Amino acid sequence: MDSSTTGKIIGVNGNMLIVEFESAVAQNEVGYAKIGDVGLMAEVVRIRGRLADMQVYEDTTGLRVGADVEFTGDMLSAELGPGLLTQVYDGLQNPLPQLAEQCGFFLQRGTYLPAIDREARWDFTPSATEGDTVTAGDVLGSVPEGIFDHTIMVPFAMNGTYTVESIANAGSYIVEDVIATVKDSQGRSHDIRMLQRWPVKLPVTAYAERLRPTTPLVTKGRIVDTFFPVAKGGTYCIPGPFGAGKTVLQQLTSRNADVDIVVVAACGERAGEVVETLREFPELTDPRTGKSLMDRTVIICNTSSMPVAAREASVYTAVTIASYYRQMGLDVLLLADSTSRWAQALRETSGRLEEIPGEEAFPAYLESVIAGFYERGGVVKLNNGETGSITIGGTVSPAGGNFDEPVTQATLKVVGAFHGLSRARSDARRYPAIDPLDSWSKYGSIVDEEQLTLARRILREGSDVGQMMKVVGEEGTSDSDFILYLKSEYLDSVYLQQNAFDAVDGATSDERQRHVFEVISEILKASMGFKDKDSARRFFHEITQTTKDWNRVDMDEKEFTTIQTKLESMVSEVTKNA
Amino acid sequence: MHKTYHRVERIAGSVITIRAKDVKYRELAEVTSRYGSSLAQAIRLDEDEVSLQVFAGARGVATDAKVRFLGETMRVPFSDALLGRVFTGGAQPRDNGPALDENPVEIGGPSVNPAKRIIPRNMVRTGIPMIDIFNTLVESQKLPVFARAGEPYNPLLARIALQAEVDVIVLGGMGLKHDDYLIFRDTLEESGALSRTVMFVHTAADPVVECLLVPDISLAVAEQFAIAGKRVLVLLTDMTNFADAMKEIAITMEQIPSNRGYPGDLYSQLAARYEKAVDFDTAGSITILAATTMPGDDVTHPVPDNTGYITEGQFYLRDGRIEPFGSLSRLKQQVNGKTRDDHRAIMDIMVQLYSGYRESLEKQSMGFRMSEWDNKLLKYGERFEKEMMDLSVNIPLEGALDLGWEILADCFEPVETGIKSTLIDKYWPGNKDETEADTVTEPETEEAVPA
Repeated sequence: MDSSTTGKIIGVNGNMLIVEFESAVAQNEVGYAKIGDVGLMAEVVRIRGRLADMQVYEDTTGLRVGADVEFTGDMLSAELGPGLLTQVYDGLQNPLPQLAEQCGFFLQRGTYLPAIDREARWDFTPSATEGDTVTAGDVLGSVPEGIFDHTIMVPFAMNGTYTVESIANAGSYIVEDVIATVKDSQGRSHDIRMLQRWPVKLPVTAYAERLRPTTPLVTKGRIVDTFFPVAKGGTYCIPGPFGAGKTVLQQLTSRNADVDIVVVAACGERAGEVVETLREFPELTDPRTGKSLMDRTVIICNTSSMPVAAREASVYTAVTIASYYRQMGLDVLLLADSTSRWAQALRETSGRLEEIPGEEAFPAYLESVIAGFYERGGVVKLNNGETGSITIGGTVSPAGGNFDEPVTQATLKVVGAFHGLSRARSDARRYPAIDPLDSWSKYGSIVDEEQLTLARRILREGSDVGQMMKVVGEEGTSDSDFILYLKSEYLDSVYLQQNAFDAVDGATSDERQRHVFEVISEILKASMGFKDKDSARRFFHEITQTTKDWNRVDMDEKEFTTIQTKLESMVSEVTKNA
Repeated sequence: MHKTYHRVERIAGSVITIRAKDVKYRELAEVTSRYGSSLAQAIRLDEDEVSLQVFAGARGVATDAKVRFLGETMRVPFSDALLGRVFTGGAQPRDNGPALDENPVEIGGPSVNPAKRIIPRNMVRTGIPMIDIFNTLVESQKLPVFARAGEPYNPLLARIALQAEVDVIVLGGMGLKHDDYLIFRDTLEESGALSRTVMFVHTAADPVVECLLVPDISLAVAEQFAIAGKRVLVLLTDMTNFADAMKEIAITMEQIPSNRGYPGDLYSQLAARYEKAVDFDTAGSITILAATTMPGDDVTHPVPDNTGYITEGQFYLRDGRIEPFGSLSRLKQQVNGKTRDDHRAIMDIMVQLYSGYRESLEKQSMGFRMSEWDNKLLKYGERFEKEMMDLSVNIPLEGALDLGWEILADCFEPVETGIKSTLIDKYWPGNKDETEADTVTEPETEEAVPA
């Protein structure tokens, strides 16, 4: 495409421009609207005749009718290459710490910096050889990036098959050095560099096939892994009213999840929460590698007061970076907080385009856009036979905490697991506040299916008894129902609830979950006899306390077995009376 | 060089449309007609048509009104001379002082780079125990005060303005009743706090567009003070009026409403203001307290609901008191471990016991027999409400903690509180005196127990 295409602004309304253009422009093409020497990045969102509607990723104050717009010929793209890990980007992939060095406290509009350091040197080791036939996504070599071997691949945008003409020797290179030359079927040569670009709104498909997500992704949260599991390559959502602990839950998952890479997309939420991640992650150690947690993390942060259009782009930037690492055969977790803010950005754009609104003024295409985003997750088999995955977890902030609103409903249709947070549970300080009766998952659990069915039944029936007891009182409840109720409360407080601030209790390995859940299942299964309701209650108070102590002891310690034996003997005392 | 136009094409609500060339988006213009003149701002450019939002409203604007473009966007003068002054939402003097025009700064400027933010670390002392002890306000925090109309949220803010240990107070009033404005002014004046205060007040009688400007102007001024190293507390009242003003303008501009008539960008608009709260690493800080009335006492109404997703907690004002349940300062954990070693213990136990008091009260009202424990709780609850919850109480944190111990000791035995024994030994009234006075007496008391 001719990159010298220009246009003239003929209308400004909020962050929406109407631009009259001369030669061809493409839908979603990026252009720069000029205020003096400064160019504000904007994207084409609609074309009508010679007029393009463009949304500007910045504040539009000061733009005037008649000003120039320079089109770039490219869609909004992310830079991909070694050096992405540990970075903190805004929604357009501007590195925020470097921006701060240049501009100080405030974000200055019209300043765009390269996402990947052009000067850093990487030790390249070739693996392809001259004469090899390659396609997009095939491995040419690798560089060490922190804890990973970062593979250098044939750029995803190169269609067709190529023959390697030459490949660089092992040595130190910058990302813009040519590391290979390949020839296409027509005999033309192409230079390949470590740095490549990919339009964020298109899915990366340089893999052999998509597979069904079956391996569980262990988050070390018991209620999630045991009751509402997430699979590697699966998708899940966390809707909840404000204050129910969505962000805390995501922060815990980003720390503990059993994956190679975590991409955090802080999308339209509080800046303060990102700051906690920014400041704390470098200090925390990743138990898997012993290195800083930041070494496996990329943060995309477009907080609530940053420009709205860039907020819409931020989730795509995040998922594109996740796709890049998936292509290396790694397991990636993408956490988006919050997808509602992203949907609201769509609504604002749609409103300015004066489109006919759907429910609650969200655009009619909301559902397909949400579905398209979650569909970019998944497990894939790569060209070389390895597998890689992207798991997507998105929080939803429903208006008024009511799950019947369009964003929650559109999300529920396309995800594989639903972790609904409830105000009642968070008010009762039962954390994590995932509602055990409303939530669901279509993925396989890490524990025995039969034990799980029993536990689910006890939770449900125990809750029914609890409801009934509010009406008829304890006196009107039969002893067996009362024990059922106590069992469900016991399961809730010792297994579903987890103290995030306790080092041991806060992160339960899958091995430990299986072990503990088996012991607890035996207790739930046991038929018990008590003198009266008070003694039943006293017994359950005691085993609750003992089990909680047990939760706080490391599995390798001797005390772990001691407490377990104590617990089992306490239970056998009361089963004798049954 | 500033062009002047004399023909108005359309007038709708407070928006007028003229044909003009070379106008910048958001540029200011002066609109003059028979009934006076007002500033206006370009809010939409469409070829040579410019839509202007007239700050004073379009009432009385004639089709031959004079429109003169000023070539600049909305600014507010900034200097120390602002302190002690009262302005309108359009930054014109509301007191009898002179108009200021030095050092104009832009309003609604860019947001702070998240990479430059730091984890909040300092508490803001207000002298109000329900805040200082139970939900500590932290520098750089943004907190709304949720209340029904009719609750004394303005007196509460006025009291905080008087007592808060900060350098500068910026008060932004939106849709204030004139009486309330006078109460604010007089209260601050009488106590001498006016000298560290800047007020931007839009009263209910003023043009609605000026209401929209109040938060931006207030926060732009606060930002300048903060960059100059001052700890600034911004008090906004009432943000629901601000949201309603946005609604009014959006509807007249024929925007598609999203929820109960509010524009679809309500969240982003509110967030853009609240996110101005910041603690600069090497300079001062901005803390925001914003009264938000809940229409129909409904927290799921779009304004409080969106606010709750943005702010770091909330205060509920109910029956003239800050409700200990539901109120939450999300940042309090950052500071309340560093104040005094008994702070967290007192915070937890006093609320727990107060919740017990509420239950006993309910039992009492249903005619159940009161146990000895219930009576203790009732006595405790009454003292707690009177001496801690009442908004007129003004004691520093340490004094309030001591008072807490005194109330506990008056109503309960140490074991009944469940407080760690090391704290009991250190702070329980009586214990404290003995241990400090003479450690030799200890064995005697021990002997005395079995006897």
